[in-house]
Amino acid sequence: MAATKSRPIPSSIDDTVQLLADEDYVADRSLATVLYLSLKMGRPLFLEGEAGVGKTEIAKVLASALGRKLIRLQCYEGLDVSSAVYEWNYAAQMIEIRMEEATGKSDRGELEKNVFSEKYLIRRPILEALQGETGAAPVLLIDELDRTDEAFEAFLLEILSDFQVTVPELGTIRAEEPPIVVITTNRTREIHDALKRRCLYHWVDYPDAKRELEIIRRKVPQANQRLSAEIVAYVQKLREIDLFKVPGVAETIDWAGALNELDKVALDPETVSDTIGVLLKYQDDIARISQGENARLLEEVKAELTAA
Amino acid sequence: MKRYQSTPAVASSEGRLADNIIYFARTLRKAGMRVGPAAVKDAIEAVLTAGIGTRDDFYWTLHAVLVNRREDHATFDEAFRLYWRSRELVEKMLAMFSPTAPDTREKQKSRAAENRVSEALFEGQRKNQPPREVPELDVDARFTFSGNEVLRQKDFAQMTAAELAEARSAISELRLPDDEVKTRRFRPDLRGHRADPRAMMREALKTGGDLMLPKFRSRRVMHPPLVVLADISGSMSEYTRIFLHFMHALAEKRQRVHTFVFGTRLTNLTRQLRHRDPDEALAQCAETVKDWSGGTRIGETLHEFNKYWSRRVLGQGAVVLLITDGLERDDIGGLEQEMERLHKSCRRLIWLNPLLRFDGFEAKARGVRAMLPHVDEFRPVHSLDALAGLCDALSSGRNARFDPRRMQNQFEFAVG
Repeated sequence: MAATKSRPIPSSIDDTVQLLADEDYVADRSLATVLYLSLKMGRPLFLEGEAGVGKTEIAKVLASALGRKLIRLQCYEGLDVSSAVYEWNYAAQMIEIRMEEATGKSDRGELEKNVFSEKYLIRRPILEALQGETGAAPVLLIDELDRTDEAFEAFLLEILSDFQVTVPELGTIRAEEPPIVVITTNRTREIHDALKRRCLYHWVDYPDAKRELEIIRRKVPQANQRLSAEIVAYVQKLREIDLFKVPGVAETIDWAGALNELDKVALDPETVSDTIGVLLKYQDDIARISQGENARLLEEVKAELTAA
Repeated sequence: MKRYQSTPAVASSEGRLADNIIYFARTLRKAGMRVGPAAVKDAIEAVLTAGIGTRDDFYWTLHAVLVNRREDHATFDEAFRLYWRSRELVEKMLAMFSPTAPDTREKQKSRAAENRVSEALFEGQRKNQPPREVPELDVDARFTFSGNEVLRQKDFAQMTAAELAEARSAISELRLPDDEVKTRRFRPDLRGHRADPRAMMREALKTGGDLMLPKFRSRRVMHPPLVVLADISGSMSEYTRIFLHFMHALAEKRQRVHTFVFGTRLTNLTRQLRHRDPDEALAQCAETVKDWSGGTRIGETLHEFNKYWSRRVLGQGAVVLLITDGLERDDIGGLEQEMERLHKSCRRLIWLNPLLRFDGFEAKARGVRAMLPHVDEFRPVHSLDALAGLCDALSSGRNARFDPRRMQNQFEFAVG
């Protein structure tokens, strides 16, 4: 990836759709619109949605399509400045002090400047993202923001509106060209309005049958057509049932891959109940499907496909 | 973008676009979405940037900027449909502002009469007030689905100054059980046990590195999120005012409090209770909740909470406070499973029961038996005339009396 030259951002919504499609990401028009606007207006893109609908993937695809570096900040509870932005290399600093001492220098101002110089600064993802060159600003992916606490969110406000970071010992570091920021959340808690206001918001929904089939075709090209159609129809049916967690696109892709590995060419009740663990991850849901609903769903799927 | 900047017609047409978007934003605001002036500015900028060619693109462009909660999507959708109802209005505007839509303009010319109509509409909207079609989310139609669901409005007596002072002091003395969690953030602490290298380094430079003194820090402690689920059904109606005051005072004092009330349906009151003035907050709650003093469907509402809210509000070790008498009208089939799920998704589940003090309570309590095995603490409330009573019930430390198993045994004994 490092060798590829960075490309300019797309010039229209159609271009954006094409750009994503070239990287095998099948986006709907609404997503392409918001992505295009965020690139054009230089605003962070705030993606919310259930797990496994391809939020993180957008950032990855964007980075490789534009030939930019992808910098990922995985959020977790207690994430703080020293692991998100920068940290000093204390051990090396101590050696520096010792060296100055040994050479007999005693100018305090000089010493302070040497000890707190960029040489001893350890760059963490955010600081790194602010140092892109013009025309090749990296993609900064702030993943699962809902896992951090409010304090970190407040800290992000400064970065997302001004694209600058203040290191007390060094001064303010400003991005020459702001990075392309993609923020994802699974909504395990509400993100504050002040942060959302600075971003373009998009709810990433489950795809419709047509788009999901296209995704399977691109991601699992080995699977035969009939099987893919059945898989997609089945998963779409599952999403209509009142389950605790309905399967996402990632699960559909996994399932298609799994059935392909098992050399299946069509769905049958036995195969479905043997492999349902790929799709559903809650025991209540699995129990409910294997108690009868499975056969009914399959029949409906087959009937629909033969009718079509 | 460049193209329409060079055409002379731009200034005036941009003005129209801006007007319409401003009115549209105002419509959204009236419909309850929070759209600030900054968002309107962004919307205009976005429409100019996108250079959109179709109604769909126009829709999603405005959507990208004006909607920032998923719940608002339906409102936006409806408002968009009503506001830009006349197809020509959108197409005409697009033709004017977007360099990529020449076709539509030609089509419009061939239908002159319609063109005039849309123009009239356009003018009318532009000249004066925001359009009449403020989307009113029609709620009543859906609310008739159940016979035993009674929808009532409720008025709460205003809070007196004395009451308010009392409530604040009661809340300030409230000590919830298990109410502190260690975070992974640190604060300087002379008696801490962890070294603080950064502070040491900065301190050392004061002496030019000659003297390096140890510095320590320790973990910061904070309150976990608190989720309150309160029953407002008929059997609990005399206490509702107290609950709401309690929840309001809590939300005022603590950072992360989510409040829900339920009778036959679940209502999230978190935003309403954020209002600083308690009377105002209660008035807003009264307006939002539709099922005051009606029936109870604990199992069903818990199911709704588990499915739609638990994953959003129970993160980071939340404590759940469930205030209900446990008198379930429906059959208790789903109740036990839902309680179990709730119990497993939070750090601590505290059940506060105001009916526990009455004699003969056990006899009818099938729902209670289903719920008891799945709570960590089962606390009675002895006096509910004032908020202090509620706080008392919660503040007393951990005690074998509150162990749900003890209560359970009693029931089994009573039932035989």
